Amino acid sequence: MTAATAAPTHRGQRRAVGPLTGLRSLLRLHLRLARRGILIWTLAVLVLVPASIYAMEDVYPDQAALDARATLLDNPSAVMMTGPFFAADHYTFWAMVANELLLYLLVPAAIMSILLSARLTRGEEESGRLELLRSLPTGRLAPSVSALLVVALANLALGAAVASGMLIGGGGTADSLALGLATALTGLVFGAVTAVTAQLTEHAGTASGTALGILALSFMVRGIGDVIERDGSWLSWFSPLAWAQQMRAFVDLRWWPLLVSLAAAAVLLVIAGRLSHRRDLGAGLRPAAAGRAAASAALLAPGGLTRRLVGGTHLAWGIGLFLFALAFGSLASSLTDFAENLPDLAGMAPIRLDDLTGSFSAFVLMMLAIGPVALAVSGMLRMRTEETAGRLAGVLVAGTSRARLAGQWFLVVLLGTAAMQVLLGLGVGIGVWSATEDTAWIGEMTLAALTYLPAVALYAAIALALYGLGSRLAPLAWLLVVYTALVTFLGQMLGLPDWAMDLSPLQHIALVPSEELEVMPLAVMGVTAAALALLGLALLRRRDLAAG
Amino acid sequence: MTSDDAAVHVRDLTKTFGATRALDGFDLTVPHGEVTGFLGPNGAGKSTTIRVLLGLLRASSGTARVLGKDPWRDAVAIHHRLAYVPGDTNLWPGLTGGEAIDVLTRGESGERHRRRRREELIERFELDPTKRARTYSKGNRQKVALVAALSRDVDLYIMDEPTSGLDPLMEAIFTDEVARLRADGRTVLLSSHILAEVEKLCDTVTIIRAGKAVESGTLAELRHLTRSTVAATTDADPAPLTRLDGVHDLVAENGRLRFDVDDRALHDVLPVLTALGVTGLTITPPSLEDLFLRHYGDELEPVTKDAS
Repeated sequence: MTAATAAPTHRGQRRAVGPLTGLRSLLRLHLRLARRGILIWTLAVLVLVPASIYAMEDVYPDQAALDARATLLDNPSAVMMTGPFFAADHYTFWAMVANELLLYLLVPAAIMSILLSARLTRGEEESGRLELLRSLPTGRLAPSVSALLVVALANLALGAAVASGMLIGGGGTADSLALGLATALTGLVFGAVTAVTAQLTEHAGTASGTALGILALSFMVRGIGDVIERDGSWLSWFSPLAWAQQMRAFVDLRWWPLLVSLAAAAVLLVIAGRLSHRRDLGAGLRPAAAGRAAASAALLAPGGLTRRLVGGTHLAWGIGLFLFALAFGSLASSLTDFAENLPDLAGMAPIRLDDLTGSFSAFVLMMLAIGPVALAVSGMLRMRTEETAGRLAGVLVAGTSRARLAGQWFLVVLLGTAAMQVLLGLGVGIGVWSATEDTAWIGEMTLAALTYLPAVALYAAIALALYGLGSRLAPLAWLLVVYTALVTFLGQMLGLPDWAMDLSPLQHIALVPSEELEVMPLAVMGVTAAALALLGLALLRRRDLAAG
Repeated sequence: MTSDDAAVHVRDLTKTFGATRALDGFDLTVPHGEVTGFLGPNGAGKSTTIRVLLGLLRASSGTARVLGKDPWRDAVAIHHRLAYVPGDTNLWPGLTGGEAIDVLTRGESGERHRRRRREELIERFELDPTKRARTYSKGNRQKVALVAALSRDVDLYIMDEPTSGLDPLMEAIFTDEVARLRADGRTVLLSSHILAEVEKLCDTVTIIRAGKAVESGTLAELRHLTRSTVAATTDADPAPLTRLDGVHDLVAENGRLRFDVDDRALHDVLPVLTALGVTGLTITPPSLEDLFLRHYGDELEPVTKDAS
């Protein structure tokens, strides 16, 4: 036997084969797939953290301002939107930074981890690419381990950016590091949550949607828990977001809550591993059931396909937002207790003292309207997904014109989001009614919710116009949504100038019921929406369609 | 032939994507009531042409008429009279095959005809319409597209490599269905990169290469392009074969013969083979790859028509 023929066999025997075989090359691949996203998230945090700190220094130059701020924040809605209130008696600048900024670092870290984890695990599997990788000499656990290592690395990068941002802004070393680590570990926990949800369903979209739902639930549980007791109650500890906040950074730093996050991530990963052993590649835990052999009349009706494609998402979000609205609405009564000691409220949110319940409910309505706004855009962008997947061509060749299909799509999305607005209004109304025992709130809040419809239509129309202009441009509509969310949640806190606030369409809606209804801005938005939608349809008729 | 006599009439069609010229002065005619093959290697421009014909892409220059109308301007009117089978069918993962078929044939006027054909085709292609599309294999997704298109009662059927992913049994059923369409007087444009499939089904063929039509005509007219490979076993001296016109690259070894023969010369070769006392014989039809390799090489020069 010659050396030349013997060599390959020997090499094959020597190579160790275990569940993690091929991990290193997979890690390189996953890093390559994720590096751009990680870079963008990290850089954004690195810039925004010091920028927010400088902005806060501007607004709160001395202890008097900070004390005023503390009094202002000592109320349920503020605690709900920020975190447990540890330093109520002595609200230092850095206590404020930790209290008001941390939640808005944890949530993005969680979102990043959820999206990344879902994409690298279930996304790769759903598309069939994992099958290709698993046919190579690759261990059974290697792809998932590699994906989660990348999620962990992404969170470390994000945590490092948070810590660096704090240090640049002038924070103490230990506390800055603590916040960085807390952000990273919270992200990791949600990455691990997604690793579990990815085992339960066959679709990356459902996996990340479920995980995002768990994030929303964590937000709410933590908020209610902290409202029960302002530095955190037993309920708060059920939320991963609370574990980071309970480190009491910049007030009375303690490290052990980090262990809770670590342990939770470890347990979740073990569960995910166990579940993955019990299922086939590409399958969920539950086998798919047989469906209808023929389409129902509803599916074939105008807009039926759109309803089928976006309806599930709308329903799930509608229920979730309704519950949020209920919870927020029911907080309205506790506000009046604080009313006497409250100084100038306008610093934090557009809330007025003379009509606390009304203005608080209106503010809640505006915050929650981000939901339908985001769903309006995602609903329209679903059309883009259909086009690039090559499914739109089939529908068109079946005899529908582009303009008609897109027009029906637009209307279905509008009706869905309108229904959601009604639900929101009902939810807030019922919540306030339960707190105040005044039934008039139900009707009033529902009508108030309807004033957002022209704005929601405007976002959908902008998405449609961009989509008409070019399939690749359509996702730009998300920028406006993100900007709107930023302005709505943090605009006043960050002290954004008026013109910057005014770029968000939602800012032009009067805060009914505490303010007089202003018809003019609504009419302008409605007309602009109609014009942009028509423009989008016209543009769509003039461009090439992608593959199909 | 004037543009309205043919079901599809394309002249000097150009389509550019940025710097790429996907179609470069392409001509195509699909006569009414005939099956026209549309051959070319991957990336030659077949799908681009078809998507222009469907009104999904707008031609950069040149003219295209489908059923006498402009495919870009009158897309919807044309779509009511044509059916389309894509080469790589992507379905909605959450819809069942049956639902997808109905969505893809919505707005059809001949509802009764469609219902009957739908059931018949689902049975012939052995498709389970209650399964979600995400559980379908590529072949099954292709069947959904075929059932949807073939169940429509229209004038023109445009098929872009329709048999990709089908097993030979299903391919045979497909062939049978296309033959039925032709017997019914329907028009079919069948794109393919498999020469044998086109030979079996098509009256005329257009060959596309790098965005240009390099050849078009009836299969008989294209015979000069095709050359089969003959392998035979005989103990006799193969010398008589070498004297025949149209025999190329003869190799004789240990009583085994191997040579290429122009298809039009085949009927001269067979008696000679008989005379040699052949004990075993295989004739392999030419593949598109051979044809392209032999006639086009790497250049774009169209083949000269005087090969005979």
